[in-house]
Amino acid sequence: METAFLIVSAITLAGAVAAVSLRNLVHCVLAAAVAFAGLAGVFLTLEAEFVAFAQLLVYVGAVSILMVMALGLTRHVTAPAGARAWAPWTVGVGVALLVLAAVVSAVPAAGGPQPAGSGWVAAVRVMGETLMTRHVVALEVLGLLLTAALIGAGVIALPRRKDEE
Amino acid sequence: MVEAIDQVFVNLKHAVVGWAPPAWQAWVSAGLTVAALMGVFMSLFALVVLLERKGLGRIQNRPGPNRVGPWGLLQPMADFIKMLTKEDVVPAGADRVVHFLAPVAMVAPVLLAYAVLPVGRNMAAVDLDAGVLYFFAVGACIELSVFMAGWAGRNKFALLGAMRAIAQMISYELPLMLAAVPAVMLAGTLSLGGIVEAQAVPAGGWLARWHVLTPWGLAGLALFTIAALAEANRSPFDLPEGESEIVAGHLVEYSGFKYALFFIGEYLGMFAVSGLGITLFLGGWRSPASFLDWVPSYLWFFAKLGGFVALFIWLRGTLPRVRGDQLMALAWKLLVPMALLNIAVAAGWHYSAGWSFAGAWLARWGLGLGILGLGYGALARGLYESQGFGPRVYRFAD
Amino acid sequence: MSRGVRLVGLGIVKGLIETARNFIGSYRDPRRLVTVEYPEVRLPPVERARTFPMLVYDGADPEAGLRCVACKICEKECPPQCIYIEADRDARGRVLKRPRVFDVDCSVCMGCQICAEVCPFDAIKMNTEYELAVADRFGGLLLRKSQLVRSTEYHRTVHPQEAVEIDAQVAQARARAEAKARAGGGG
Repeated sequence: METAFLIVSAITLAGAVAAVSLRNLVHCVLAAAVAFAGLAGVFLTLEAEFVAFAQLLVYVGAVSILMVMALGLTRHVTAPAGARAWAPWTVGVGVALLVLAAVVSAVPAAGGPQPAGSGWVAAVRVMGETLMTRHVVALEVLGLLLTAALIGAGVIALPRRKDEE
Repeated sequence: MVEAIDQVFVNLKHAVVGWAPPAWQAWVSAGLTVAALMGVFMSLFALVVLLERKGLGRIQNRPGPNRVGPWGLLQPMADFIKMLTKEDVVPAGADRVVHFLAPVAMVAPVLLAYAVLPVGRNMAAVDLDAGVLYFFAVGACIELSVFMAGWAGRNKFALLGAMRAIAQMISYELPLMLAAVPAVMLAGTLSLGGIVEAQAVPAGGWLARWHVLTPWGLAGLALFTIAALAEANRSPFDLPEGESEIVAGHLVEYSGFKYALFFIGEYLGMFAVSGLGITLFLGGWRSPASFLDWVPSYLWFFAKLGGFVALFIWLRGTLPRVRGDQLMALAWKLLVPMALLNIAVAAGWHYSAGWSFAGAWLARWGLGLGILGLGYGALARGLYESQGFGPRVYRFAD
Repeated sequence: MSRGVRLVGLGIVKGLIETARNFIGSYRDPRRLVTVEYPEVRLPPVERARTFPMLVYDGADPEAGLRCVACKICEKECPPQCIYIEADRDARGRVLKRPRVFDVDCSVCMGCQICAEVCPFDAIKMNTEYELAVADRFGGLLLRKSQLVRSTEYHRTVHPQEAVEIDAQVAQARARAEAKARAGGGG
């Protein structure tokens, strides 16, 4: 649906722009969460349900919370951010344009844009079978990485023994 | 005849949608479904608020509210009028936009979660292919609203309460999802309609194959219930809104209708996650035995929901509030390992389905319950001794 | 203790059984519900309860049987000075032994019952009425003599033991006075 895609991408873009330009850091984080939710909407317009819900679950439910916790536990959140300089802006815009060029040039290499419902099935069963057969090595490596992260977090959070004080 | 009563709401909706002009039919259908769902669950909310106060009262040897209306039935009405007419206080230094949006960000995802619950036969609003994942994704959006509520008032204590609340909610999301995994695994599909289909009465039998009637289902339901209590901030896990400790925590800057919205969000979230538990483990709208199939499916669903709600009220009246560190230890050191063990037991149950020697049923149950029991014993004993869950031991300085 | 616990989590089950017993018991045995459903049911009076003062009269006539003789001891002894008394005067201006004005300001009265302790005639006693809400904060709580008088029967209902003792003393004193009058008059 054209209108749905336009609305959702407008929300995503507005959220993304707000996330980098607002004064208040917490407002930036919330705008980033809106941008993530908009991205999930874009996935839904492409009928990729699993990816959309995973996007919501991971980005809005975990990454935003991570950002929020980092803000809340490290900075004095209620103070407004300082004045903005223009040099980081130009660098940021330049990097964004580079990334856009890279993505746009990669689309024809992947086979060109496909209309929805053209035989590419994003059903959960198909995804599960593909993950477990063709991409199982990547899956297991990711699992190992996550386990290492979990163990590292546990080690960091362990209480120090008294003789190390 | 039984079929007609069972499908009366579906047929009613189709009839009304048929009257609308064809271009509008999709919108009318969606609007009707949404209105019906919201109406039913909002009335259920009002009823449960009253039942909870009366139930807690009876547990505590007092009658509960009985002044307003016969048996106190108009008490929710009185509460509603009180909430509407209270002054809406926004602190002077507060962030008005975030303060306003936090209740909205709490109630909207919870209402979205009802879209996938199969309330009766053919009565799910949307039967998504990845229904379970949709439910958890929508539930994850609530944590952001908790932070917004705690931060918006520019109140250090509210922020602290919000941080604790978020820590509790993300810690218990993991056992919730891990407890749901065996049900999804053995049903073979993420769609909630498909999971209910998988718990049908097998051909030639009379007892429905609810997931709860298996060792992993029993443990899974217990784990799911505990994690659901914690997700919904219900006693004994109501640390985020503990009135006697941190005066409503992240909700301390809210009054009037916004507070009522948070309240509504909490109760509706409780119903939604109970509905998911019913669908995953208790067979959704299915009757337990084939000779009880004449009872309409929606009545079964709401009866099971009522059972869950009664259990939650019972637990609230019985158990004291869990302390913050005990809460975290319970989630990470007991529930997550038990949920992982549960997945292993479910896999074992699936692969031992082919056993057919004499006493196979006993062997399968024994194996499942044995592994789970050993795991629980070891983990619980470890927690007991390391966390000091038992009676307190005092050491005096002499 | 922690060593003796067999199964972790059994305590929760025992607690649940206890509350279930409470729940079901509250329906089967109404005496479990200790709530007093005011205003349909009121708590029975307690002997030593007190709220604000009242003036006691013997017999049926509040004017003739009033025990108060306007000695003004309670007015002097009252710590927040909430009592105002004016003695009655006859046609020639001589002081009579009864009050014309007896005002107690209940918004000031703190219920210390010193007035009741010091009264030599057992005329002022403490009432137990608490349903005194009025719309006018200052004038409405200023109780006049007509609002303060209560009969000894009423006194017996609110303070049974005290009333019986005092009535016995009053009757004895009256009997002795009459005997003296008869003896004085006769002898």
